[in-house]
Amino acid sequence: MKKLIKLVKKNTIWNVARVITAVLVMTLIIGSFAGCNNQSSDGNTGGKKVLKVYNWGDYIDESVIDDFEEKYGIEVIYDTFATNEDMYVKIKSGGSDYDVAIPSDYMIERMIDEGMLEKINFENVPNFKYIDDRFKNLAYDPTNEYSVPYMWGTLGIIYNKTMVDDPVDSWEILWNEKYAKQIFMLDSSRDSIGITLKKLGYSLNSRNEKELEEAKQELIKQKPLVLSYMGDDVKDAMIAGQAALAVVWSGDAVYMKWENSDLEYVIPKEGSNLWFDSMVILKGSKNKEAAELFINYMCDPEVALKNTKYIGYSTPNTETKKMLDEDILNDPTAYPPDELLEKCEVFESVKDVVKLYDRIWTEVKAS
Amino acid sequence: MVTRILKKVYLYLVFLFLYAPIFVLVIYSFNDSKSRGHWGGFTLKWYAALFQDREIAQAVYHTVLIAIISSVVATIIGTAAAIGIQNMKKINKVIILNLSYLPVLNPDIVTGVSLMILFIFMKAFTGVGLGFTTMLLAHITFNIPYVILSVMPKLKQLDKNLYEAALDLGAKPGYALRKVIIPEIMPGIITGFLLAFTLSIDDFVISFFTTGSGVSNLSIYIYSMARRGINPKINALSTIMFVLVLILLIIVNLRLSKDKENSKDLKVNSSLKRRES
Repeated sequence: MKKLIKLVKKNTIWNVARVITAVLVMTLIIGSFAGCNNQSSDGNTGGKKVLKVYNWGDYIDESVIDDFEEKYGIEVIYDTFATNEDMYVKIKSGGSDYDVAIPSDYMIERMIDEGMLEKINFENVPNFKYIDDRFKNLAYDPTNEYSVPYMWGTLGIIYNKTMVDDPVDSWEILWNEKYAKQIFMLDSSRDSIGITLKKLGYSLNSRNEKELEEAKQELIKQKPLVLSYMGDDVKDAMIAGQAALAVVWSGDAVYMKWENSDLEYVIPKEGSNLWFDSMVILKGSKNKEAAELFINYMCDPEVALKNTKYIGYSTPNTETKKMLDEDILNDPTAYPPDELLEKCEVFESVKDVVKLYDRIWTEVKAS
Repeated sequence: MVTRILKKVYLYLVFLFLYAPIFVLVIYSFNDSKSRGHWGGFTLKWYAALFQDREIAQAVYHTVLIAIISSVVATIIGTAAAIGIQNMKKINKVIILNLSYLPVLNPDIVTGVSLMILFIFMKAFTGVGLGFTTMLLAHITFNIPYVILSVMPKLKQLDKNLYEAALDLGAKPGYALRKVIIPEIMPGIITGFLLAFTLSIDDFVISFFTTGSGVSNLSIYIYSMARRGINPKINALSTIMFVLVLILLIIVNLRLSKDKENSKDLKVNSSLKRRES
């Protein structure tokens, strides 16, 4: 009798094992079928040229990649990152061999300083002429040899019209006690200190210790009014109406307004931050010409249109702008008037005082 | 009476907290709006988009392939190691066992970074850059200790004389291992395999540091969406994965209960036979 039970027990275990094996084999087979179409990244490329692109997650209309592959017969290996710092670590460690990356402005400056970028041969990028002249030769790449803008935007205040009855046109409103515990700030030292400097009438790239000290006091004064220092989750919170005011990037603001029509975005009159995500070629690229071809393709007005429509961020491409729908073009969230843009600044590396920024932010958060 | 109700409430609460997030995820995979903040109507568009997305298809492919290969290899190595460790002398056994505990206690980030440095260092000799191979090796590495840890207790329970008895009865060592030892410790091996499989699918930190261009698994892919917000396609994908696991569980359980019924029949039959004789 005991023997029999033991036998049965053993059998059930073998059965479980068999079921598991069967399922695994099936997934493996299905997987390799799926893989046939998609996966050709390692090895067998049949002499085809390969281009490796490193971009932000969900930051391109994927049909653009397919079209590029088809048009030029170049295979694109496409990977994504979440933050500039992630990308930097991956590339700096030397383990990856990407040709094209799309970092933000301050990171490009740092990468140029560290000799991580290749100069672009602009003869191979004729579509560069479509890029708005205002967005060339910016502080992070003063002679514009290394980068081609992909998307741009501003930093500003989004507010809920049903909860705010004062006019919103200044950073001051984030210090208004009326909205205590109804304000979201960004959990980012450069951005939060930057807007405080702007409010005080200084440059947001200030390296003056006295100005920064003033900004610190302002931020500490503001802290009791702040509901939370947020990251990406600020979008859902504002759409759900959890707070009246929040500091957000313009690209996200377009999407938030789309989801909740009570929301409105404003670039304060004191000016703000102007940011860019630009395409660069990495040092050691094995296929520089293909990389330039890709960058040129991305600047094609039709292609740029596809991308800006998918992402919802603002395009630096003048021809693409002409093709946009009227209501997007006239939306000051995405395309603010020139006089406001002139007051906006691009982040520059604060070099020697970067520790001071960190210390101020730590003190604010800890106060 | 009150305690019984309390007990029930407690049980339901536990299940509520366990499953509420999954149900919310499933519901939002049918949400027409991209936001997690509000409901925009029912749609299947995220499922349609999911099947057209080649990046996600590739990420799933890499995740599953690496999970299968790494867990199979780790199970084989781990089981062999466990059998070896079991038969060691006391002091060696303690040393080796603790050495294999260490990577389990080690933070993932330390394992990840050190593996990355090792792979980059080895590139000069082997010519293998960061990519699929290195990620696979890393997964095998962190999976092995878990297999050892789940096979060891079964080996301890094993009657020492069983193997010797098999040899006495004329089995060669290999035959005795296959027919006596392995079947006895099979539950431990399966536990170890499943553990390794899930850990491999789950892993983000180690994968992030050990993979190269063109090879990203699901966790890396999903994490990279952080700035723009998680695309609802991921909700759809998670729903499909959840349903697949659920079906798998049901199949396994059905087979188990069927086996039990069969064994009941067997018992009845044998007792009948005994009575006849």
